[in-house]
Amino acid sequence: MSFDNALGAIAEDNDEARWAFGTGFHDPLAGVDTAVPDGVDRGDLASYCLMLGDDALIMSHRLQEWCTHAPELEEEVALANVALDLLGQARLLLARAGVAEDAVEEARRGEDDLAFFRDAAEFRNVRLTEVPNGDFAHSIVRLLLFSTWRLALLDRLRASRDPVLAAIAAKGVKEVAYHRDHAALWTIRLGDGTDFSHARAQRAVDELWPLTGELFGVHDVERRMADAGVGVDPSGVRAEFDAVTSEVLATATLRAPEPEPPRLAGRSGDHTPALADLLAEMQSVARAHPGATW
Amino acid sequence: MDKDWPLYEVFVRGKRGLNHVHVGSLRAPDDTMALRNARDLYTRRNEGVSIWVVPARDITASSPDEKDPFFAPSGDKVYRHPTFYDIPENVPHI
Repeated sequence: MSFDNALGAIAEDNDEARWAFGTGFHDPLAGVDTAVPDGVDRGDLASYCLMLGDDALIMSHRLQEWCTHAPELEEEVALANVALDLLGQARLLLARAGVAEDAVEEARRGEDDLAFFRDAAEFRNVRLTEVPNGDFAHSIVRLLLFSTWRLALLDRLRASRDPVLAAIAAKGVKEVAYHRDHAALWTIRLGDGTDFSHARAQRAVDELWPLTGELFGVHDVERRMADAGVGVDPSGVRAEFDAVTSEVLATATLRAPEPEPPRLAGRSGDHTPALADLLAEMQSVARAHPGATW
Repeated sequence: MDKDWPLYEVFVRGKRGLNHVHVGSLRAPDDTMALRNARDLYTRRNEGVSIWVVPARDITASSPDEKDPFFAPSGDKVYRHPTFYDIPENVPHI
């Protein structure tokens, strides 16, 4: 064991198991049996994967916007880690959508096609993920609401009849559990911190809360996928969402507004103008140089 | 109030490491967040299975000025060094 450098000291010679090697980087589902189970509607499965994948992709992008702007270096890395986790989930889910929507391999759209060459109206993410960043409290409260909801969804999705979706969910549960924990710890510190941080955190809750109704609206695709045992009915996770958020907000001395009625917007492609602005930036390089690799 | 968060020292035990090893430092608003920050900063590449964080102000360190009285006297005590033994190859971690 060498003490000359810190990483060398905690790793050992031939400790290759700790490295994530590059295999499968270009195809997130490399080595996975991607056959769609019998009786599962391919179009619905593709749409459903896009919904969950777009949530992760757009949320990840908003978190990435904190890079070089976060209030502390440590927090910047933490937010980037969360963003990377979600980007990984998005890659898997978009790749799964591409496989599901077209049985013919050559005709399939890949993750990049789906991420960079769809317009705003074709995205299926909820609006909570796309509204612009505000201050740090805004991003923390958004992360709390989003990851509480997503953890509840992924937790149930582990029992999906689609083994690929079930495996993606099982991986995601561990990641999103940490995201929720991180957001909850910060929400408590901001809400129960100084008068200034409390006011900022309460403002964030009040601004973001109206977007939570959409988390529990049930799109036809979600209903059919839930009935088929493939997806999760989002209206069924409301009790868990309410229990977790009310406990965190109460501990943070923040006021939780009344529950919002369920509605549909982003799931049907009905977005705020902020999504088009986000996509203009996110897609600009890929659209300026189609087919480029680096 | 000090504008900067307090400094913490971070110790990580590797997957098959025997003891926690100092890997660096960070700033955090409190102990709980320091542990989270350590996870995010120092175990991103699968390095660790256990983390300690210690407020840097709680560490009492030897001073470079005392280097000679502290360490020089042990330099010539050859009888304290187990150099007279052959260590069997199959006994690790000595």
